[in-house]
Amino acid sequence: MKPAAFEFCRPSTLEEALAALQHDDAKILAGGQSLVPMMNFRLVRPERLVDINNLSDLCDIRDEGDAIRIGALVRHAQAAASTELCGAFPIVTEAMAHVAHVAIRNRGTIGGSLAHADPSAEWPLLITLLDGEIEIAGSDGTRIVGAEEFFFAPLVTAIEETEILVSIKLQKPTAGTGMAFTEVAQRAGDFAVVAAAATVHTKNGLITRARLALGGVGDFPLRMKDVEEKLEGMPPDAIDEAIRGCADVLEPNDDMHASSHYRRSLVPTLASRVLKQAAIRAAGVT
Amino acid sequence: MTNETNITLTLNGEKVSAKAEPRMLASDFIRDVLFMSGTHVGCEHGVCGACTIRFNGKTARSCLLFAAQLDGANVETVESLGTAIDMHRIQKAFRKHHALQCGFCTPGFLMTVSEILETLPLSTDDEIRDALSGNLCRCTGYEHIVRAVRELVDERDGVPA
Ligand SMILES: Cc1cc2nc3c(=O)[nH]c(=O)nc-3n(C[C@H](O)[C@H](O)[C@H](O)COP(=O)(O)OP(=O)(O)OC[C@H]3O[C@@H](n4cnc5c(N)ncnc54)[C@H](O)[C@@H]3O)c2cc1C
Ligand code: FES
Ligand code: FES
Repeated sequence: MKPAAFEFCRPSTLEEALAALQHDDAKILAGGQSLVPMMNFRLVRPERLVDINNLSDLCDIRDEGDAIRIGALVRHAQAAASTELCGAFPIVTEAMAHVAHVAIRNRGTIGGSLAHADPSAEWPLLITLLDGEIEIAGSDGTRIVGAEEFFFAPLVTAIEETEILVSIKLQKPTAGTGMAFTEVAQRAGDFAVVAAAATVHTKNGLITRARLALGGVGDFPLRMKDVEEKLEGMPPDAIDEAIRGCADVLEPNDDMHASSHYRRSLVPTLASRVLKQAAIRAAGVT
Repeated sequence: MTNETNITLTLNGEKVSAKAEPRMLASDFIRDVLFMSGTHVGCEHGVCGACTIRFNGKTARSCLLFAAQLDGANVETVESLGTAIDMHRIQKAFRKHHALQCGFCTPGFLMTVSEILETLPLSTDDEIRDALSGNLCRCTGYEHIVRAVRELVDERDGVPA
């Protein structure tokens, strides 16, 4: 229950941090809310730990006009309380309430959550739903990876070992868009058994664009493109018809929290709830 | 690789300095090096909340911080609240409502309560339970802890008893 020895670096600039990662077995320390438990269990034992908490450029949420940029070191609690971010994306406040507990939300970061890529985690689901663009810095510049190309497997992402996730850009929704999030977990603050999130844009009572994403049912959050397409041009009454059978293609894992069957059976219920709630919010009725 | 580093921090209002290996957890550093044993250690993976401290004003799990990260920080532990003869009002409320039995979880609860009284409305008991959900207690069944916090919230909000 104690971590193995390591060398500790505390860079104060991105350049220094990238230089410190040029090492055979270095790991980034952000909020430490996933990495330190794994180190305490000795599931990971990096030789060098690069603490990026002093990179102050990564700590802000910025309004860029048509988009919001979230620095990788923005804490869960900071995001949930941000008027810039939650004004455009009220779903963030709704989802963050389900992430762990007060003290963990004070420390854990969006960058750490995306890099950790737990299949049931809330940030990866939101970024998948909202088509986030993930900015990753390496020694030869930065690159942008779309949410759908970012997650490879549980705990595996597009970030190379010598790279740092620096920010996430979310395009602001058009007027008339509603959003909703819900999840089933064993206890408040536990990782979700299944989580669902949706955005719905309506015009004259018809759905012009719907997005649906699910967490906890695969190796990473999944977009349900079939359902999204079926809903285009339909009234919100068509939601249940559009999601019928959508869980049949999913192959969720069995684990100590829930069986694959139970996870699959939650999908239509949660998908229906978030799509309907988002449609109501889109119509301006809360 | 086992080189010790110098760590200087403000602990409960006083500047202190000590050495620790980078791998030493802040919880062990506070207890075994700084000899403040009020902070308890239950699980060492962030689940139980017994090790909760305030790190630059905000609650944090000290078992998920390294001692080296405390350098330059302002840290408050349960010892910052009150003493056996001069208890803090949170401690008094816990005593009055029997919000502890063995007391193992209590330091963590007290630190969490000290923060949430400043930051959250806590207008319903559900909200209190949700805000306390990161602290585990194996003795009380939580009911008495919620009652203690309810009284503190009412006192804060000027609600007559
Ligand atoms: C009891 C408990 C309950 C929890 N419940 C939930 C929950 O319900 N939902 C949920 O989503 N999370 C939950 N978490 C996890 C929490 O949200 C973490 O904060 C998050 O998963 C990781 O973020 P971090 O900043 O703490 O990252 P760290 O733990 O510091 O790092 C995690 C991983 O990401 C890498 N990394 C971190 N930052 C970067 C970066 N900028 N660029 C590249 N790599 C990086 C690290 O090297 C490491 O491999 C829980 C944690 C605990 C202890
Ligand atoms: S000892 Fe830190 S949360 Fe349990
Ligand atoms: S009083 Fe014993 S664990 Fe809470």
